[in-house]
Amino acid sequence: MARDVLPICVTVALIGVSYGVTATAAGFPAWQVVALAVTVLGASSELLFVGLVAVGAAPLVAAAAGLLVNVRNSAYGMAVGPLLRSGPQRLFGAHLVNDETAALATAQPTPSAGGRVFWVCGVGIAIAWPLGAIVGAQLGQVVPDPRTWGLDAVFPAVIAALVLPALCDRPTLVAALTGGLVALLAVPHVPHGLAPVLALGGLAAARLVRASR
Amino acid sequence: MSVASFAVAVAVLASGTYALRWGGVSAGARVSLTDEAALLVERAVAVLLVAVVLTGTLDEGVETSDHTRAVGVVAGVVAALARAPLVVVVLVAVLVTALLRAW
Repeated sequence: MARDVLPICVTVALIGVSYGVTATAAGFPAWQVVALAVTVLGASSELLFVGLVAVGAAPLVAAAAGLLVNVRNSAYGMAVGPLLRSGPQRLFGAHLVNDETAALATAQPTPSAGGRVFWVCGVGIAIAWPLGAIVGAQLGQVVPDPRTWGLDAVFPAVIAALVLPALCDRPTLVAALTGGLVALLAVPHVPHGLAPVLALGGLAAARLVRASR
Repeated sequence: MSVASFAVAVAVLASGTYALRWGGVSAGARVSLTDEAALLVERAVAVLLVAVVLTGTLDEGVETSDHTRAVGVVAGVVAALARAPLVVVVLVAVLVTALLRAW
């Protein structure tokens, strides 16, 4: 388990550093960078929020865009919900639902293993992300461009690695490829962050595969 | 941006995001899903993750001259297909992308 969780948390911390650097360069004071990281705990929505405000968007508009990016967490929540005991555990666990924890938890062979790895990875990310953001905010403009580190390639690669086993199921593969195509085609035409949600239309394609058998 | 407008915007984003997560979690936990529905939810997660990967890799469009990130991601995926541990996938993606850019 540590074999998977540790690289994820290190990666999240490093992306957090680049988020902190980006936000500081955009003029956000450190406390705001950290407040966003802790309360939202959703990397892509925070990067989008910071980026939009930096180019002059109204903060509420930027917040709405960030919410669109986070819509997919509802589907992740449905998948991991059964793994969480009701009460305070579920209330706190909901905050830890994200791409990484959903991918890792659903990739486990049993629900109990999924629940365990969800908590370890979720708490790890809840610590690593703000921690990285603090470091990034301190570094500020010292580091020129986080992209030169190649960090922007890590997140897609990690998620891809985690989702690969699920794609052995043929209908799922067909649905994912169809949905991915829909998302890529939609990117230039829909508000940022909505494209992955539109990919859910690909689920209809899985139905066709099953029906043809 | 004033502190007040930042605070309001963050409150909206944070509480809205929590509501989205909680809505999913409580729905998934309350309704005991049939096997069919559970499979559909798991498939939806896979579809979303793949879409996140693709749009995250190519968010500047396929016509951009900078394909370094896409190459780095593909290199990482190849490592994953070869059953490399996740840490190796991370390193491959970072190194390939950074080296291509340094070139």
